[in-house]
Amino acid sequence: MKQSIVYLLLFVVGVILALSGIMPDLLLNRDITTWVLYALLFLVGIQIGAGKNMFAAVKRFGWRMLMIPLATTVGTFAGVSLLSLIIPGRSLIDCLSVGAGFAYYSLSSILITEFKGAELGTVALLANIMREFSVLILAPWMVKYFGKLAPISAGGATTMDTTLPVITRYSGSDYVVIALFHGMIIDFSVPLWVSFFVSL
Amino acid sequence: MINILLCIMAGIVVGYLAKKTTVVKYTGSLLNVTIMLLLFFLGLSVGSNEQVVSNFTTIGLDAFLLAVGATLGSLFCAKWVYKKFF
Repeated sequence: MKQSIVYLLLFVVGVILALSGIMPDLLLNRDITTWVLYALLFLVGIQIGAGKNMFAAVKRFGWRMLMIPLATTVGTFAGVSLLSLIIPGRSLIDCLSVGAGFAYYSLSSILITEFKGAELGTVALLANIMREFSVLILAPWMVKYFGKLAPISAGGATTMDTTLPVITRYSGSDYVVIALFHGMIIDFSVPLWVSFFVSL
Repeated sequence: MINILLCIMAGIVVGYLAKKTTVVKYTGSLLNVTIMLLLFFLGLSVGSNEQVVSNFTTIGLDAFLLAVGATLGSLFCAKWVYKKFF
């Protein structure tokens, strides 16, 4: 939560500095952003490579564990596809790119900005922050009406870090391993799905 | 897309090979710094983009609708999996 606020604050400071016009044009150079983005992706890769083996978790808990990240992915894409019909001026691909952030707002908004521009990047940033916050605020309601897996699916890629405490509290400690596994799989899939959709 | 995949895959290989070294411990903090840097840059490009600034209400509303769609969609699927498999 504290980290999310720091991220958001930096974004807001950037907006304010640019609006006030005191930022030199040098910093708006897109080449710098691209190289930092590549560094970010490289670091994301290191974390995946050095992390605990995902397949070991599957062996321990069986293949039904895979149903949860699958449900998250299918549900998210179905939801945003339906909404693309009623949101004026947003194509199906744009909506899917935003949905593929799965609450991983930093990485998804940065990637989308790079390939589709700052406008859709901002939509992705806000939409995915709202998704994370919905779990932090509505987790008990989600468990009550949609079952114990609900906050895990809704939390997307964040279920291994920021939303893990609320999931543990409202779904129960039995679901911690499932949440961690789910977070790892979705986390890993975000750059793949987003780069796939923006390249279409 | 190719560049993205290459960067991630290079990282995975390095991460796997460096698994037992202490270098890996710093990736978390480094990742944090790059994310902060990039979100700051994103803020700069948003603030200097008139199209974004003048459409901020629409952008906020679209983001809200997409967040609701994505969250509700996954809630319904999670409910189905919970009833069927757990």
